[in-house]
Amino acid sequence: MSDHRNDANPGAADVEHLACDVLVIGAGGAGLRAAVEARLAGKSVIVISKSLFGKAHTVMAEGGAAAAMGNVNANDNWQVHFRDTMRGGKFLNNYRMAEIHAQEAPDRIWELETYGALFDRTADGRISQRNFGGHEYPRLAHVGDRTGLELIRTLQQKLVSLQQDDEEAGEPAAKLQVIDETTITELFVEQGAVKGAFGYRRGTGAFMAISAPAIVLATGGIGRSFKVTSNSWEYTGDGHALALRAGASLINMEFIQFHPTGMVWPPSVRGILVTESVRGDGGVLKNAEGKRFMFDYIPEVFKAQYADNPEEADRWYTDPDANRRPPELLPRDEVARAINSEVKAGRGSEHGGVYLDIASRRSAEYITERLPSMYHQFKELADVDITAEPMEVGPTCHYIMGGVEVDAETAASKVTGLYAAGEVSGGMHGSNRLGGNSLSDLLVFGKRAGEFAAEHAAVTEPPKLGDDEIAAAQADALRPFANDGENPYALQAAMQEVNGRLVGIIRRAGELEEALTELAALKPRIDNVTAAGGRAYNPGWHLALDLRNMYLCSVATAMAALERDESRGGHTREDAPGMDPQWRRVNLVASLDGGELALARQDVPSMTPELLGLFETSELSKYMTPEEYRSTEAEDA
Amino acid sequence: MSTRTFRVWRGDAEGGDFAEFDVAVNEGEVVLDVVHRIQAEQAPDLAVRWNCKAGKCGSCSAEVNGMPRLMCMTRMNLFADGEPVTITPLRTFPVVRDLVTDVSFNYEKARQMPQFAPPADLKPGEYRMQQVDVERSQEFRKCIECFLCQNTCHVVRDHEENKPPFSGPRLFIRAAELDMHPLDARDDRREAAQDAQGLGYCNITKCCTEVCPEHIKITDNAIIPMKERVAGDRYDPLVWLGRKIFRKGKSDSPAG
Repeated sequence: MSDHRNDANPGAADVEHLACDVLVIGAGGAGLRAAVEARLAGKSVIVISKSLFGKAHTVMAEGGAAAAMGNVNANDNWQVHFRDTMRGGKFLNNYRMAEIHAQEAPDRIWELETYGALFDRTADGRISQRNFGGHEYPRLAHVGDRTGLELIRTLQQKLVSLQQDDEEAGEPAAKLQVIDETTITELFVEQGAVKGAFGYRRGTGAFMAISAPAIVLATGGIGRSFKVTSNSWEYTGDGHALALRAGASLINMEFIQFHPTGMVWPPSVRGILVTESVRGDGGVLKNAEGKRFMFDYIPEVFKAQYADNPEEADRWYTDPDANRRPPELLPRDEVARAINSEVKAGRGSEHGGVYLDIASRRSAEYITERLPSMYHQFKELADVDITAEPMEVGPTCHYIMGGVEVDAETAASKVTGLYAAGEVSGGMHGSNRLGGNSLSDLLVFGKRAGEFAAEHAAVTEPPKLGDDEIAAAQADALRPFANDGENPYALQAAMQEVNGRLVGIIRRAGELEEALTELAALKPRIDNVTAAGGRAYNPGWHLALDLRNMYLCSVATAMAALERDESRGGHTREDAPGMDPQWRRVNLVASLDGGELALARQDVPSMTPELLGLFETSELSKYMTPEEYRSTEAEDA
Repeated sequence: MSTRTFRVWRGDAEGGDFAEFDVAVNEGEVVLDVVHRIQAEQAPDLAVRWNCKAGKCGSCSAEVNGMPRLMCMTRMNLFADGEPVTITPLRTFPVVRDLVTDVSFNYEKARQMPQFAPPADLKPGEYRMQQVDVERSQEFRKCIECFLCQNTCHVVRDHEENKPPFSGPRLFIRAAELDMHPLDARDDRREAAQDAQGLGYCNITKCCTEVCPEHIKITDNAIIPMKERVAGDRYDPLVWLGRKIFRKGKSDSPAG
C-alpha cells in the first residue's frame, strides 16, 4: 500500500482552499436546517459532514419531535409546552430560548411536510402526536419509532432539491455543497471574529482550509467520552472544543442526561437506546421482585401531576384529563436515578438493570405497529421478543444539556460570526432535557442560526486566511504521526473509564477531585498520542485528533460538577442532595484562559412577569428564592 | 470468551490482500465489535466505516463470508464453532481503503432524480393525509441507505457499464415512495423511473429484497407495482388516450 500522503511536512501546496458565505460544521438536523435557511437567504453554503451525508446521529432519535400543534389534545399550546420545558429543566433554562422554542416548533414541523416528510397521522388526517415524559399533552410528532431518520432524510432531500433549483437557475454547484467524511480540526479567528476553518478529508487525509465570515457549529454532543452511551462515534465534543479554542464560552457543562433506558445485555449492545415511547405507549418499569417501583420515586415538585397508584396511572392512557400521569413518564433524570437506586438496593435484573415490560400490557400487534424498530433491535441484537418478555434496561449517557453559550434570538456565540445550534449549544434545556425537545430544538435554532449567520455574512467582507495559520493547523493535525506515545484507542478507553467511574450519574466531591487529577494525568499522554499508518482513511489518526476535544469537554464537565454543590436535573451530588434555590440563579461558564479551562459564575436570566404568571406561586416556591417568586405575587396584586 | 480467526481484506484502489487476525470474541457480540477489537489491539489504522452500531444509520455495510450485511447486525453466533470469518468491502463500489468503499454512485443517482413536489394550493399546516395512505410510502422511507441492495443487484454488481443508465433499487423505492405520496404534485414518477432511472433493466430476481436489513419489500411493493403501472399506462389504449386528453391524476391504486 502506498503511504505517499504521509509526509511529515507536506507544505502549503497540499491544502485545498475553499470559500463560502456560511460554513456549517455538522450535517445532523441542526446543521442541515441551518444550511437550508442560509441558502434560501441567497448565501453560498458549505456543509461539512463528519460521516457520509445522511448518517448523522440525528437518525438515532426515535420518539419524536415536540411541538404544541394541539392535534391530539386541543388544550395544548405553546404556553403549556414552555411550562413543561422549564419544569423539565428545573427552571435553569434560558427562558427566552424555551419560549422561542415552544412558539416556533409547530411551524418548523409543518414546514417539513412541505419538504416531503411523512409523519404518522391522526384519524382526521393531521400529524399524530404521542405522549412522552414530562409533556402534559400528547405532543410528539413521530414516524413509528424512527422519527430522527425521517427528519434527517427529509432535510437531506430538501438540500438536494435546493441544489437542483440552483442548477436550473444556472447557479454554480458551489452555492450549496455538502462535503462528506470530513472533520474540522481548527477554527481561524482574527480580532474576536471567525474567518474560516481547517480540516481533513477522511478518505484521502487531504487537508482543506475554508474561508467564511460566518460559521455555524452543529456538531452534536460528547457521549463518546463515556463507555456506556447511546451516542455514535462522531460525538467527541468537536464543536464544544472548537468554540472554546476560538474564544467562546460553554455553559452548564455539568448537566449530562443519562437516558433511563439503554439496553444492558448482551455487553456489546450495552448503552444502545430503548426509546421512551415504550413507556409512553404503556410500558412499565419493574424490579427483580416484580414490583412497579416508580410510585416510590415521585419527587415533591411533581406530586400534583403524577399518579401515586397503578389504577389511576393506568386509567390515564385512556382518560388523561381526569387522571394523573404514570410515574414512568417523569422527566428522564428522575427515572434514571430511580433505576440506579433500585439496582444499588439489590433489586436489579440479572444483568444489572431493571425490567421494562410492555409485553404483559399491550397486544403483540400493538407493540409491533407502534414500536417496530424496538421490536427489531431486541430480536436481532439480544434475541429477546419484546411482545412476549420484558426488556432489561439501565441508564446510558445520552445527551449533554451544556454547550456553547448563545444569544437566544440569533444563536450567536460570544465570538463574532460564530453561531451554534442543536446539542452543541447550551441553555435551552436547563439542567435536564425533555424527550422530544431535541428534534424540535435543532429545527427551531438550526433555522435561526442559518438565518442570522446569513445576515452576518451579508454585511461582512470575505475574510482572508494567512499561510502561517494554515501551516500551524496542518502541523497540529499531523503531530500524531511524529509522536512516540500510546495508541489512541487505549487512551479513549482510559478517559471513558475515568468519566464513567467518577463523573457518572451519581457524583461526589471527592470523586470529582479525583477525576480532575486523573484527567490531568491523561493530558500529556493525549498530547503524545500516536497514529500508526498513513493518512488515507485512518481511524486511529482520526481518533487521535478527536481525543483532545473529548479531553477538554471532560475537564469542563468535571470542574463544573465539582463546583455545583447541589443536585439538579442531569447533575446529582450524593454529598449535596436536593435543589438549592440560590444555585438556580447561577450558570457555570467555562472558557479557556491561557490554554487552561477556567470557570465563572453568571446569573441565569430572569423570566419576564408574563412568563412567571404561567406558573402557580406554590410551584415557583419549590424552585425559587422568596424574593424571586414574590415579585410575581406583587404583579398579581 | 473464545478466539476466532478473522480474515479481513486490506488494501486500496491499487490492490490488496487478506490479513489474518486471531481475536477474542465475547458472548453476544456482533461482527463490528470484533472488528473494533482488531482496530484497538492489532491494527489501529484498519479502515472501517460505522456510526451508530445499532442498525439505524446503514454505514457499516460489508460482505461477511460472501453475504452483503451490516456488520453491526451480524451476530457472532451466526457462525459455526471455529468457522473463520472473512470480511471484504462491498464489491460493486470502488475501494477507498480496507473495508471502506466509495459509495458516491448512490448520491449522484439521488441528485439526478426530482425531489418531492409540494402541492401549490396547500400552505404548511394544511396537509391532510390518511394513515393508510401514508403507510405505503413510509415503508420505503424506512430505508437507512446502507446500499446493500445497490451492492447486491446483479445489473451493476459485475457490470460497470450499466451504472450510467441504472439507478438501482434504492432509487426505485424512492421513486415509488414519491409516486405513492398522497400529495406529491408530480405525475411522472413511473415514467421517470422507466426512462431516466433504468427500471427496465431489473428482471425481478429479488436479491435486493433478500439483503435489505430493514426488510423492505423492495421488489414486491415498489418495483413490481411500478413496472406494472408503467406497462399498463403505456400499452392500454384507453389510458393512452386519456393521457393525451387529460393530465393524468394520481388516484389509481397500486397493483396488489
